[in-house]
Amino acid sequence: MSSSDQSIDKRPWLLLSPSLMAITLLVVIPMAFILVYSFYENIDLAVDKVAFQFGNWSEVMTDGYYRTAIWKTLRLSVIVTVLAAVLGYIPAYFIAMTKFRDKWLLLLLLILPFWISFIIRTLSWIHIFGNQGALNGLFQLLGLTDAPLSLMYNEFTVIVGFIHVFLPYMILNIYVSLEGIDENLEPAARTLGATPWQAFREVTLPLSMPGLAAGCLLVFVLTGGSYVTPLILGGPSDFLFGNLIYDAIVTELNWPMGATLSFTLLLLLGLVVVLYSRLMGLNQLSKAFK
Amino acid sequence: MARVELVDIQKSFGAVKAVRNANIVFEDASFTTLLGPSGCGKTTILRMISGLADPSSGDILIGGNRVNDVPIHKRNLGLVFQNYALFPHRTIAENIAFGLKYRGVAKSDVTRKVHKALDIVRLPGVEDRYPQQLSGGQQQRIALARAIVIEPDVLLLDEPLSALDANLREDMRVELKAIQDRIGVTTIFVTHDQSEALAMSDRIVVMSAGRVEQIGDPDEVYNTPASEFVASFLGASNLLPARVIGRDADGVVLETAEFGTTIVPANRAATLGDGDRGQLMVRAEKLFLSDGPATPDSTQAVIEAVDYQGQLARYFLRVGDTQLQAINMITGRPFAAGSTVNLTLAANECSALPLKDT
Ligand SMILES: Nc1ncnc2c1ncn2[C@@H]1O[C@H](COP(=O)(O)OP(=O)(O)OP(=O)(O)O)[C@@H](O)[C@H]1O
Ligand SMILES: [Mg+2]
Repeated sequence: MSSSDQSIDKRPWLLLSPSLMAITLLVVIPMAFILVYSFYENIDLAVDKVAFQFGNWSEVMTDGYYRTAIWKTLRLSVIVTVLAAVLGYIPAYFIAMTKFRDKWLLLLLLILPFWISFIIRTLSWIHIFGNQGALNGLFQLLGLTDAPLSLMYNEFTVIVGFIHVFLPYMILNIYVSLEGIDENLEPAARTLGATPWQAFREVTLPLSMPGLAAGCLLVFVLTGGSYVTPLILGGPSDFLFGNLIYDAIVTELNWPMGATLSFTLLLLLGLVVVLYSRLMGLNQLSKAFK
Repeated sequence: MARVELVDIQKSFGAVKAVRNANIVFEDASFTTLLGPSGCGKTTILRMISGLADPSSGDILIGGNRVNDVPIHKRNLGLVFQNYALFPHRTIAENIAFGLKYRGVAKSDVTRKVHKALDIVRLPGVEDRYPQQLSGGQQQRIALARAIVIEPDVLLLDEPLSALDANLREDMRVELKAIQDRIGVTTIFVTHDQSEALAMSDRIVVMSAGRVEQIGDPDEVYNTPASEFVASFLGASNLLPARVIGRDADGVVLETAEFGTTIVPANRAATLGDGDRGQLMVRAEKLFLSDGPATPDSTQAVIEAVDYQGQLARYFLRVGDTQLQAINMITGRPFAAGSTVNLTLAANECSALPLKDT
């Protein structure tokens, strides 16, 4: 009896071992290297001295510039997440509820953009918002403006770029949640006297929370960690924390600083995930799918 | 409380005609059963009455008012879904109270009403549980409680007893009927279980493939089925092609190859129609086996198989080329397969049916 109990105890670990190994090899060990690197000292461009000193860390802690970047990043991540949640719920709801027979086609359309490089998708906005872009062309054609308006390279285009890229993640997460809801629940609420909106708010919305919450977390973390979108679509002041890492490593060739900043971002986003899961009960989310 | 009327209701899903030309009246405070095999359109009719589906054509009247364009939430109906459709994120108490909050019921009354509803379905004390923590049968009863607590004008029940075990099912059957009598709500009950339909209903609507085959009291549909389908769907019966050789006020004289002439009472030949061809319907339990010498009104039959069921035995018999079924009480031991017996039928309890496709 006790031996069978033990084998039941071990099984999850056995099943998890391949992924644990992969995570250790591909995430934990590289991250450890980065942590070690953050204590090195940068002497000159691309010249580091092996050391154990806290210079990089104290600079990150004290320099107001980094704090500004953190706030900018959090703020933009929140904006993108909220917009993506609102904009993503509608198509997710539609795909889940439609009686259209070939639903898979709609889902395919959703992941179709993934076949095109994310950089190219981001760059494509230049053809829409740019000085020679579609919008300016339209305005001039309609005689609304004479000279091209400057629509690009501001926070708005960065937000548009982010939503464009991350929306499918949100939609898919919400869709999966909605799809799992018994299709008779909303009708049941309706026969009990709820208006369509009340039925949605009381039944469908709360039951789709797990997907919505997962989608939000994903979009938040993805936005918080990105640098390419602001680089391509943003102006000089539209940088995120990720851009500082990029600058430190690629432009200034200061790897120890880059490592310190990377680790800071990891800690920040990790903290957000932990707080969020405490708040939303992330480990409770799986229950909704049973 | 209200009378429900379906007038020329049709419903198609693409090429599928789920309901054809239904004209049904559900009297105020009556208990009507929609009975028919799977896929015959029972759920579709309930959905149309509740407003969850729109009829392709025809009118639905509740309490004399046309409700085709009245939105679902204003129809004041209690619907128990085939799969219960309880809200998994709400406790049992919240589930039952769901409809009350749209009816402006005071907080203190809500608690009392929920309590009472749970008593009615005989599940007191489960207020704080979640639906997943109840068994299928218990969930079904919560769904019933949720539907009756709002005091609906019409109660629509889609196979509400299907998940219960045999004993509880019979109890709930009596209970449900008692609840219905007490609150006097017009009830439309869907089932494909004939004994349930016969036991509970004021009226039975027998359906097949989207068509209403017959509407009548339980004994009417049982004893004078309007069609072969109704005859074979309710109970086990033998249908024998027959010639109509005479009729008078008392009855119809039918002649069959197997039993010669049989006089069927007039009220049991109501659906026969004119013409000289028809069918004689003999219920399996109205066909009696006996041994001993043949009598003038008996027929000889060979027993092909015996299905022993305790107090009863079901016999599969052959008379000439015709196969017959008989269900008889057993006194002593059942007749053995292979033996030859005398068959007599209770002519008073036979019916005359029109021949198929007339
Ligand atoms: N939404 C729908 N789309 C297409 N066809 C449908 C739809 N709903 C029902 N049908 C079809 O209509 C017919 C009647 O269905 P319905 O659900 O009313 O049957 P039922 O009598 O309730 O059967 P059961 O006893 O199995 O519940 C079936 O042939 C079914 O396939
Ligand atoms: Mg059904």
